[in-house]
Amino acid sequence: MSVSVVGIGMHPFGRTPGVSGRQQGIIATRAALADAGVEWKDIQFAVGGSISAGYADTVVNELGLTGTPFVNVSNGCATGASALMVAVSMIDSGQADLCVAIGFDKHDPGAFNADPESVGLGSWYGSTGLMLTTQFFGMKIQRYLHDHDLPVSLLAKVAAKAFRNGALNHNAWRRTPLSEHDIAAAPMVSDPLTKYMFCSPGEGAVALVLASAKKAATLASRPVVLRSVVQRTRRYGSFEVFSPWLAPERADSPTVEAAAACFEDAGIGPADVDVAQIQDTEAGAEIMHMGETGLCAAGEEEKLITLGHTEIHGPSPINTDGGCIANGEPIGASGLRQVYENVLQLRGDAGARQVGGGPRVAFTHVYGSPGVSACTLLVR
Amino acid sequence: MAHPAEAEDRTPDGTEDPWMGGRFVDPDLICLNGDGESALRGSRCDRCAAITFPTQSSCPRCAATEMSIHPLPRHGVLWTYTIQRFRPKTPYDGPADFEAYPVGYVNLGDEVLVESRLSAPPDRAPRIGEEMELIFTPYTRDADGDTVRTFAFRAVAEDGGEKP
Repeated sequence: MSVSVVGIGMHPFGRTPGVSGRQQGIIATRAALADAGVEWKDIQFAVGGSISAGYADTVVNELGLTGTPFVNVSNGCATGASALMVAVSMIDSGQADLCVAIGFDKHDPGAFNADPESVGLGSWYGSTGLMLTTQFFGMKIQRYLHDHDLPVSLLAKVAAKAFRNGALNHNAWRRTPLSEHDIAAAPMVSDPLTKYMFCSPGEGAVALVLASAKKAATLASRPVVLRSVVQRTRRYGSFEVFSPWLAPERADSPTVEAAAACFEDAGIGPADVDVAQIQDTEAGAEIMHMGETGLCAAGEEEKLITLGHTEIHGPSPINTDGGCIANGEPIGASGLRQVYENVLQLRGDAGARQVGGGPRVAFTHVYGSPGVSACTLLVR
Repeated sequence: MAHPAEAEDRTPDGTEDPWMGGRFVDPDLICLNGDGESALRGSRCDRCAAITFPTQSSCPRCAATEMSIHPLPRHGVLWTYTIQRFRPKTPYDGPADFEAYPVGYVNLGDEVLVESRLSAPPDRAPRIGEEMELIFTPYTRDADGDTVRTFAFRAVAEDGGEKP
């Protein structure tokens, strides 16, 4: 694969009253084009997604009606990574040299109210109060803590890191550090997870300009190479959100397969990763995904977290921009936010939250309903 | 198999009958087992024996399209749980006056794990590994004021210990 990220743009995450999700997408795209030193009319292919803020391809009304092909994608929390996959395929197959991938969203406050019938379940599943992503995350981490004999206090440590890192990120939603005590003492949402351990649905937009190696060489920007992008769905026996039943034997989650294939495709091992952004829908998800992605062995998370290894200045920094917990989760934009942060880190442009040592390898991971995961590896 | 609605009212093992007083949230979720007791209505693959709940018309493991109705065991062991602490948005139709409720997965005889509301003693949290049994319990009233029941699992021993 020889695809480079040559431009990045973001509209701040959080709440921006009066600015539609679509408008935020346009602002992010203009910023990405300017960063790449190209214009919308130069773009040969575009792809994008939004779950709650309308069709991504309508941004052309304001960016310019240039006739460029534009594909809309909708893959839950993997929407951004799926958009990247499509753009990469177009470049790899020689059909385009310069592409844009866009993700934006604007969700209502509060937990998502999912429709059972949209995922093939009976209406009883929603009406009796079982169809909540928050319940799934509570139950998954409850079992994980039990299986690996991990202390519940780890959850507040992970959330405190997210708010600490978010405070260093002017694009983040939550920029006020919170103590582990305040996080643990906050109202319980889904045991063992409190209010401040969860990310919230929010707003925001990210756009990336992607180029073939040939095209990247002609642009003045500092390219970062996208070495692999892999998406997987669930297997029989994996424990997934919105499951009225589970098989008695456990299979690996789609995260395990997506991460392993991503590393294999890139010829890079988890030990080579200098900075990682992984799905932290809630604090427990960051813990479980450390093990599932192979960044550490399952059960080893306690040691790494308590020793500070996952802090910005630790040896294995994770969620340096504050992750979903500090940024919120505008679903269409969330996966691209991780890539945006990794490009900043690899360029050395992350400012107060820049990881040390001149990072060369950066990893991203998303996971979401109904059992889908996607990972990317970027190198400099 | 006789539909439970056609069977006479009964309260096997002293549990509440799903059809008594009001209505059950979705009649397709329950059936009678070989002992004439109300049970959750699963399906079993004729080829590889994978079990699903609710029923499916094809097998998620081997993709066979021959599936048979399979009443699930009424007892199991709690595999994991959480407690729903806020009132869910629609399509949840529980009472406006919200009370937190526990939810978990119960391993039914290593056949299948079923996600369910739990009826735990209010003064203690559910415990992973504790024995649970199927009950049918009211969870709301519909627009006509009729009680609507759903399935749930409750701890066999109030203190969470082993049943003697």
